[in-house]
Amino acid sequence: MNIVVVGLSHKTAPVEVREKIAFKAELMEAHLRRLLSLPAVAEGMIVSTCNRVELYAVSRTPQQAGEQLQQFLATSHGFVLSELQEHIYCHVGAQAVRHVLRVCASLDSMVVGEPQILGQIKSAYSDAGEFGSAGLILNRFMHKAFSVAKRVRTETAIASNAVSVSFAAVELARKIFDSLEGKTVMLVGAGEMCELAAKHFVRYGVTKVLVTNRTYSRAEKLAESFGGTAVNFDNFREQLHRVDILLSSTGSPDYVISAADLKAACKLRRYKPMFLIDIAVPRDVDPAANKLDSVYLYDVDDLQGIVQSNLKERQKEALKAEEIIAGEVDQFLNWMTSLTVKPTIVALRRQLEDIRSKELEKTLGNLGALEPRQRKALEAMSRAMINKILHHPTSVLKQTGDEDRACYIDAVQQLFNLSPEAVPADDQPDDDS
Amino acid sequence: MAHMNLLVAATILAYALASGCYVAAMISKKAGIGRLGRWLLFAGVVVHAAGFAVRHSAAEGLPVTSLHESLSFFAWCLVLLFLLLDLRFRLSVMGAFAAPAALVLMIFSLLSPDVVVPVNPVLRTWLFPIHITFAFLGNAAFALSFGAGVMYLVQDRMLRSKRFNRLYQMLPSIDILDRVNYTCLSIGFPLMTVGIISGAVWANIAWGSYWSWDPKETWALVTWFLYAGLLHGRLTIGWRGRRAAVFSIIAFAFLLFTFIGVSLLFDGYHSFDAFTLLSQLSW
Repeated sequence: MNIVVVGLSHKTAPVEVREKIAFKAELMEAHLRRLLSLPAVAEGMIVSTCNRVELYAVSRTPQQAGEQLQQFLATSHGFVLSELQEHIYCHVGAQAVRHVLRVCASLDSMVVGEPQILGQIKSAYSDAGEFGSAGLILNRFMHKAFSVAKRVRTETAIASNAVSVSFAAVELARKIFDSLEGKTVMLVGAGEMCELAAKHFVRYGVTKVLVTNRTYSRAEKLAESFGGTAVNFDNFREQLHRVDILLSSTGSPDYVISAADLKAACKLRRYKPMFLIDIAVPRDVDPAANKLDSVYLYDVDDLQGIVQSNLKERQKEALKAEEIIAGEVDQFLNWMTSLTVKPTIVALRRQLEDIRSKELEKTLGNLGALEPRQRKALEAMSRAMINKILHHPTSVLKQTGDEDRACYIDAVQQLFNLSPEAVPADDQPDDDS
Repeated sequence: MAHMNLLVAATILAYALASGCYVAAMISKKAGIGRLGRWLLFAGVVVHAAGFAVRHSAAEGLPVTSLHESLSFFAWCLVLLFLLLDLRFRLSVMGAFAAPAALVLMIFSLLSPDVVVPVNPVLRTWLFPIHITFAFLGNAAFALSFGAGVMYLVQDRMLRSKRFNRLYQMLPSIDILDRVNYTCLSIGFPLMTVGIISGAVWANIAWGSYWSWDPKETWALVTWFLYAGLLHGRLTIGWRGRRAAVFSIIAFAFLLFTFIGVSLLFDGYHSFDAFTLLSQLSW
């Protein structure tokens, strides 16, 4: 059995192609059914997100499966395969396993380390489970992929730092205030980035939102969406001392908030720290304010700088993750190759033979002096027992059809606690018969 | 007294292992190692206390009469207060400061001559242990406030210059560090005050004079005024953050001088020439 992956992603196909290839979630059952009906596919699932469309399959004949999957991908969306060929990748065996583990661990994502992809694959897998297209191998494979993804997240710092400007602001705030619970945020001017950052702040516990804008009605509207209060633009500076976190993005050509404004506010709030995020270009807050003891002022370049260095940090962590994945790929492939009849039977025999010889020795030791003839008889009897016990299971293992064989083998290995030595892939004559 | 040496060795071992754990936790960012460090430090403080108990029964009094014993007792106070602070603020980063500090104090303690100084029975009143204990606990609290102050400045500097290194992730928020700095100050100040007053009352019993401008007394008073000023600034003017951190570092420098420098440089009844057996006591 082999894992096969066919698909395209943001790395190989532009969005114009990806959007046409996406599988609709409502039709997933039918898609999966058609996928399973492909002659070379034993198990399968479909991952369809805005950044990637991938088919994962388990097959006895990976070459054919790869071709059939590519056809399936193209024809499902009314394409001719040759039109898509340049965008499609097809991985088999170790390469396919590695690819899926990397995708789940978010190493193949547009923003390395972003967590959404794992959730999307989990839901694709649960569809496959619901519609019965996942079997023993795919189940084991996906569980492996999920646990590797978790390992990567806990053992590397791949997702520990913010890689968006708005989230970087939240992280900074938490290094200043520790908890954002009960803090007050003020939005000066309306900008998309400010709004997004404000949403993050609210999610992290900020309770009071003040909004000010040259156009009062806009301030009112925005304030309403946060359950906050609108403040008149002419006298918002009088409220500065109440503000812990200020987000500014007006279109004003001059400074809107002077260092003197902030100095006065600091005194009024008894030098409790203030965190100012100035996203406007040209800037809204006089940079001299950063010199004030209790003011931390960040402009858009400062935040971009943090995001850039965090991204670099993630790249470094990604290297560690690749090492983890390399080890896990080997482990999984070992399990796959152990799912063959011959080594399982050999291991089973060895196990029982071990028990037999140990027990026999014990018994012989207890009985004391025996004649060679008696000794031989005992040995022959124990051997015959083993053979009789093993006869039926062995023949069942050898005769089961392709679909069930892996299940039986796995069950035997689990029941008898066997770990058969992996056999190289080209050395499994009885598995391909 | 083999069992006593054994207790000292166990204490040092525990502090050393705890230091290793805290530093390793800081570098590897694994909280589990930090928790192990906390347990080791806790074990250390218990064994350390047992060591004092044994010594106490041998010396018939609180065994803080030589530099050797003083440093050891100070290390114990420091670790005890840190563990209490850690209960409230979960400051394993500070463990990387407190545990090695205790370790270094213990090593210096070992290097200075270990003598049990016979204390003049006239001086052995109930006030002696009170004076010593409060003064030492106060000093330990100020040492921790110094540690928090240094960490505050480091974190503040990174936030302000927008250049971050590994420490940025490890250090807590400046809000927490400021609160720790304040908590230590508000614990340390009353302890120090009681330490000084009980010392004066004791001096009156022993020598018939509350205050004799002994160098230690003078410097302790200067330090006390510094901390009083800092506390006042915090409570009434609203000092906090960087200013308070810098102040607590300066005040601690004075405290260090009072605690160690004065005893070594000047004569007086707090000096550590105790091992010459001329003077009966030391701080």
